[in-house]
Amino acid sequence: MASARASPGHGLRVLRALARTSLALTLQYRLEVLGEGLLSMLWLATALVPVWVVFGKRGAVEGWSYPEMLLVIAWFTLLKAFLEGTINPSLLAVIAHVRQGTLDFVLLKPADAQLLVSFSKVEPSKLVDVFSAFALAGFALHRLHRVPSPLDLAAALLLFLAALAVLYSIAIIVISIAFVAVRVDNLIFLFGSIFDLARWPSTIFRGTLAVIFTYVLPLALMTTYPALALLGRLRLPTALGALAGALVFTLVSRAAWMASLRRYTSASS
Amino acid sequence: MSATSADALSTNHLGGTDSPRTRDTRSALSHALRALPALLRTGFAAVLAYRAEILIWMFTTNMPLVMLALWAAVARSGPVAGYTQEGFTAYYLATLLVRLFTGCWVVYELTMEIRQGTLAMRLLRPIHPLLAHAAENAAAIPVRLVVCTPLIAIFVYTSYASITRDPILWLCVPLSLIGAWMITFGVMAIVGTLALFVESAMGLFQLWLGLSGVLSGYLVPLDLFPERVRAIALLLPFRFTLSFPVELVLGRVDRMQALQLLGAQWSYVVLFAVGTVLLWRAGMRRFGAFGG
Repeated sequence: MASARASPGHGLRVLRALARTSLALTLQYRLEVLGEGLLSMLWLATALVPVWVVFGKRGAVEGWSYPEMLLVIAWFTLLKAFLEGTINPSLLAVIAHVRQGTLDFVLLKPADAQLLVSFSKVEPSKLVDVFSAFALAGFALHRLHRVPSPLDLAAALLLFLAALAVLYSIAIIVISIAFVAVRVDNLIFLFGSIFDLARWPSTIFRGTLAVIFTYVLPLALMTTYPALALLGRLRLPTALGALAGALVFTLVSRAAWMASLRRYTSASS
Repeated sequence: MSATSADALSTNHLGGTDSPRTRDTRSALSHALRALPALLRTGFAAVLAYRAEILIWMFTTNMPLVMLALWAAVARSGPVAGYTQEGFTAYYLATLLVRLFTGCWVVYELTMEIRQGTLAMRLLRPIHPLLAHAAENAAAIPVRLVVCTPLIAIFVYTSYASITRDPILWLCVPLSLIGAWMITFGVMAIVGTLALFVESAMGLFQLWLGLSGVLSGYLVPLDLFPERVRAIALLLPFRFTLSFPVELVLGRVDRMQALQLLGAQWSYVVLFAVGTVLLWRAGMRRFGAFGG
């Protein structure tokens, strides 16, 4: 719907306007944002406690040293900030729209509906997690005495974008299910909790789990591969495979979204 | 509506011509006990209505499994401080089960009711709101037991050798689980009641959750911590909400220690219960529903 007007420039302008209003909305609650930011740091600290205990007992886990493990956790923290900071809240809002029948107002707007709903809400307190992730990665690279080459950095950035695309696609697929059966909004939280496993390097999994987390629900792609790229250890075929996988996920999610929009009849009809 | 009139409403139907406070309290209590079966029934029905949500909520409680994934990989190259791979599996499955049994959600409901003013409705009913909440939360436990059956089976199958054979410890397990639930409920009720005084009570609860993750043995078994941290963690209430029942099931304590710890746990139960009641009374004096 309304995709006839969608051109890249128009899309970008819409995106900018969305980000501005959403930010203005949440910045009304400044004190709360501050509190949430502090809590985010507490959560990160509690997430690191097990790692400190592990490396108090061992020098390496499945070939990952302490700073290398921190690098994976840094990517995980960054992705989780995006997941909880914009993907989840926006898509939960879509479910509320579907339930209340107000999605019609979104569909009537002269911009792509998927774009409109995807960035309708931003939680600025998650910016703290973004900073924490960079600090963690910086600390890890410092401990490794490693300055990534421009090529490594570019590869890591590319893989990070692929990871974001996969994460976002999975969320869109979940939402598309929500159009058919409204009561699956909890599936988002379910996915969020599985995503928690992405905080560890994927090589700690063996057997069936290793296959699932590489190909079906590609957690390996999301955090381990970008970390390997920064370490200059990612092989080219793996990187290309990851990018192709991300493309497939994106296309499938777009198709699922279009299909569920076609099925959608508003609450009153 | 003011607090005193709410208090009056909740007791005046007892209608004693001589109404000294003690008598009122006693008859209010017996009244509450008579209402308990009905409350549990409605609570149970509510849980059944939200079965899908509860099932998914239980699935999202996965942090012990996330930690197990890490420690299983660490223990692949040999035991860590006495924990083999099987030891970690037993520990984290037991942790998951205890967490699922003893969960409650009163803090979310209480803060919402206070913010939206619907607490006034609760106060109009002839039963203490906290008792009603406790009954509703407790009614979910049978459903959880049923849903957890497969997990219990897996736990027994994988960890049969680690489970204690001591009948005395097993007698302590249900008591410790009830104690753990009551401490959790008490903390949640206290934080929820604080919403009558401050706006950001939920932030406080997040703080409790964060500390609890580390100090209750939820993320890491307490005996893996450095000695000094461990000594502190063993004294704080967090341990009694989670680690203590797990230690009993896995036979990590002897009989004497078990009884002493049970005493300590129930002291915390009483402490939190008294704290809840006192804070609630103070809060009721402040409460005025919107539009009242």
